[in-house]
Amino acid sequence: MTTDSPAYVAPDQNDPAVRKGQEDRLREVWKPPSGWFFRWTDVNNNRIGVWYTLTAFGFMLFAGVLALIMRTQLAVPNNDLVTANTFNQLFTLHGSMMMFLFAVPMFEAVSIILLPQLLGARDLPFPRLSGFGYWSFLIGGVFVSGSIFFDAAPDGGWFMYPPLTTRTDLSGLGADIWMLGLSFIEVSSVAAAVELIVGVLKCRPPGMRLNLMPLYAWYILVVAVMILFAFPPLIAGDVLFEMERLLNWPFFNAEKGGDPLLWQHLFWIFGHPEVYIVFLPSIALFAMLIPTFAQRHLLGYPWIVLAAVGTAFLSFGLWVHHMFTTGLPKISLAFFAAASEAVAIPTGVQIFVFIATLWAGNVKKSTPLLYASGSLAVFVIGGLTGVMVAVAPFDWQAHDTYFIVAHLHYVLIGGTLLPLFAGLYYYWPLVTGKKLSDRLGRTAFWIMFVGMNLTFFPMHLSGLLGMPRRVFTYPEELGIGGLNLASTAGSYMFALGVLIVCIDLALSPRRPKAPRNPWNAGTLEWLALPDDEDWGIRSVPLIESRYPIWDQKNFVQKVDEGRFFLPDAEEMRRESIITTVLDARPLQVIRLGTPSVKPMMTAVALAGVFILTTYHLYLLSALSGVATLACVLWWLWTGTAEIPEKPTKHIGHGIEVPLYTSGPSAPGWWAMFITMMADATAFSGLVFGYFFFWTIHSNFPPTGAGLDGPGVFWPMVALALTLTGWAATVGAREVHRRGNVAAGRLLLVLGIVATLSSLFAGLAGPWYSGMDPELHVYPAIVWTLAIWTAVHAAIGVIMQAYTLARSLAGKMTPVYDADLRNITVYHHFLALTGIVTFCTIGLFPGVA
Amino acid sequence: MTTPKDNRKHWARDLKVTLWTLIVPPTIWAVHFLFCYLWVAVTCAKSPTPATALTGFPVATLIATIVALLGILAAGYIARVQSQTPGDAPPHDEGTAIDRLRFLALSTRLLAGLSFVAVIFTALPVIVFGDCR
Repeated sequence: MTTDSPAYVAPDQNDPAVRKGQEDRLREVWKPPSGWFFRWTDVNNNRIGVWYTLTAFGFMLFAGVLALIMRTQLAVPNNDLVTANTFNQLFTLHGSMMMFLFAVPMFEAVSIILLPQLLGARDLPFPRLSGFGYWSFLIGGVFVSGSIFFDAAPDGGWFMYPPLTTRTDLSGLGADIWMLGLSFIEVSSVAAAVELIVGVLKCRPPGMRLNLMPLYAWYILVVAVMILFAFPPLIAGDVLFEMERLLNWPFFNAEKGGDPLLWQHLFWIFGHPEVYIVFLPSIALFAMLIPTFAQRHLLGYPWIVLAAVGTAFLSFGLWVHHMFTTGLPKISLAFFAAASEAVAIPTGVQIFVFIATLWAGNVKKSTPLLYASGSLAVFVIGGLTGVMVAVAPFDWQAHDTYFIVAHLHYVLIGGTLLPLFAGLYYYWPLVTGKKLSDRLGRTAFWIMFVGMNLTFFPMHLSGLLGMPRRVFTYPEELGIGGLNLASTAGSYMFALGVLIVCIDLALSPRRPKAPRNPWNAGTLEWLALPDDEDWGIRSVPLIESRYPIWDQKNFVQKVDEGRFFLPDAEEMRRESIITTVLDARPLQVIRLGTPSVKPMMTAVALAGVFILTTYHLYLLSALSGVATLACVLWWLWTGTAEIPEKPTKHIGHGIEVPLYTSGPSAPGWWAMFITMMADATAFSGLVFGYFFFWTIHSNFPPTGAGLDGPGVFWPMVALALTLTGWAATVGAREVHRRGNVAAGRLLLVLGIVATLSSLFAGLAGPWYSGMDPELHVYPAIVWTLAIWTAVHAAIGVIMQAYTLARSLAGKMTPVYDADLRNITVYHHFLALTGIVTFCTIGLFPGVA
Repeated sequence: MTTPKDNRKHWARDLKVTLWTLIVPPTIWAVHFLFCYLWVAVTCAKSPTPATALTGFPVATLIATIVALLGILAAGYIARVQSQTPGDAPPHDEGTAIDRLRFLALSTRLLAGLSFVAVIFTALPVIVFGDCR
């Protein structure tokens, strides 16, 4: 950041003609694409976010209908409305869709809409990545949910426990659809997490230091980081799972040394944080709407940060409480029971903060607040039964009964669904400029509230009376017919409430526009005009308060008149400001991605890989993989690390910032770093698998034909080559930075040769030892680690070659070297992966 | 919010405060948790019978717990001093460098409190259970 050069004359914001010119340019630059097809190539957050939200809402309604069919089946004893097989598909798809196609994507969708508004940014840093995430989600979601119409839906429960699901004679295509379809969606979730983390850390408006950040952004930061560490173990599990189903590698097959419990570990390391991943963003909506309706600052801001960060950490120490009945040592169970009780502390803290704020404020009654307070009541009941089942001896009694069904629905409806309805009523005017009906909203709330309790409260009792989960019917003699009938009646009542909300939404287009900022809120997102412009924000404000609309003098007028930063688009480019992590000092103006067909094409190509693999069409799947790679390279080559036409740009108030940065100050570098954190976490899931097998076998690694390990020689050669490739890449970055382009290119060539050689050397160990992965879990896990590393080496080579090509094409210079710096981050992680893999498979057998 | 007792310089105020220092206390909890869990998991999975005693584990837990609690106390102490850095007026929610520092430090201090309790929670089972059953 520098001050303006003396020759620069700033525009006169007092002149209406100047402002009109700026607005015309901004409007032109941010104009959405049109045409029956091209309108879908838009990448602006306000449109992608709305599509995302509506799609997730649609999946929620679909999964809700599945639940109604289940409840109808269970209304009376010995019912035969659906078969046992259909019932299995219904409950599996209901749970999987609500989690993977509604709760998580909904958080991402809402954040894509809200986050840029909350941060006074024109858009998120990678709009095309948002587009890619959305199309991946849509295709994957339709693929998974549509399977039920072909009687091919997954039927092994939303957690897909092997061996039921890995044995192809016991489970059909549904298991593959679940694994591959949802893996595809997990990729889009991780992509969204990367975007949201970089958005929160780097795209805040000048002056918005960490202590002024809206609490929603704090929650999003925490939740996105949780996604990075929670989803990858599941992706690792998915890899092992599909290797077993498609190639017969026996990871979960006890006869060949595998263990079904490994899946449970990997699944629940994801599955428990997942509960908080869907709960925290919803509670984050409260942190926005409660101050508005209390008409005061939220009390205890640091306490909320404590709660969010504390919950995030503790939630990773809870996973075994889903496995209390698997026969693990009691002392292990006690560790997890202890953490499960401890997590109640930060969870309770946030609820008390909200209550205190309402108590201290001047409460305005409203529909969003009604939903918020109702959901807190429901959530607290679910939380208390959670504390009960966290006590292992109680869980042994309640496990796999309807008591658990009651508990988890109180948590998820109180902690996710009803808060989202609160958010819907609160933020609808932000998105459409119109308020929803208070009368319909309140009617719907009370019907849902009563219906919800009528559905799920009796389940506590039917569970304690002995009704197991996931049964398609029950005998009359069990005496739970009345309780089940009540649950069914309640579920229809709840559905009626949802229907009223849908009617309310459908009536919205006929209603008049509401005034701007209809709730008189204090946070930035309410700068939005009822007739929204596509540019996000007229000028990027200087922030001095947590509630700038309330506290900063003439704030709205100054924003509207372009008196803050970046009020223009002189070069006719979409732009936003990048700032520092802690104190939000302006660092750079970035040029944002424009509408493009590339994200959509990439998503379609990648969908081909997953969907075609499901049907064992491996050749076509490989072709899709090549197409995906081509799309990604095309997208990167034409749309990223563009050398600007001038080095710096004036953003107003005498500040001039670069148009290009590389290294840790650039958003692209952060995106690479964060993506690789997720990748490293998935890898550690596989390594965990290796050592897990070591612990359960007295003789690990085993010996014999097809079982003997890869030896020491080849793994060490591969390690040396990996490290050579890494050193060459780091060396290339350093000499290139100092201006020696030729030496940089030469080192990149050396890097390509070394990394490519490491790929073959890494596979040579298990290959020459003749390790047979179908024989036993040991060769299978060694091959998996070697292949994982080889695939990463291949990607590393592509990156090195890409960077070399960029340099040769004149798209990368010693000053503009983001490509080289970003791939160096990748190679740091590749080196780490190589060290761990080759030491594990090469050296560990010698010390085991 | 407490007011600073004095304005003298303090070594802890010179330490850099970032998002990484914020997560030091819960990271200590995580390491302590993993230490306890992995020790038990590996010992018990490797043992031929569930009755195998966890020899040495109570002492190891005690030491690990003391080390973890001392680490958390140190982080909490530094955060306490930093959260009382004198300068701006209460309620310390302005857009100034000092209020940002005070905010991060106070959040760290609160996390230290939570982590302290959580570490003790993790250590408690060792009082009751002594073997792999």
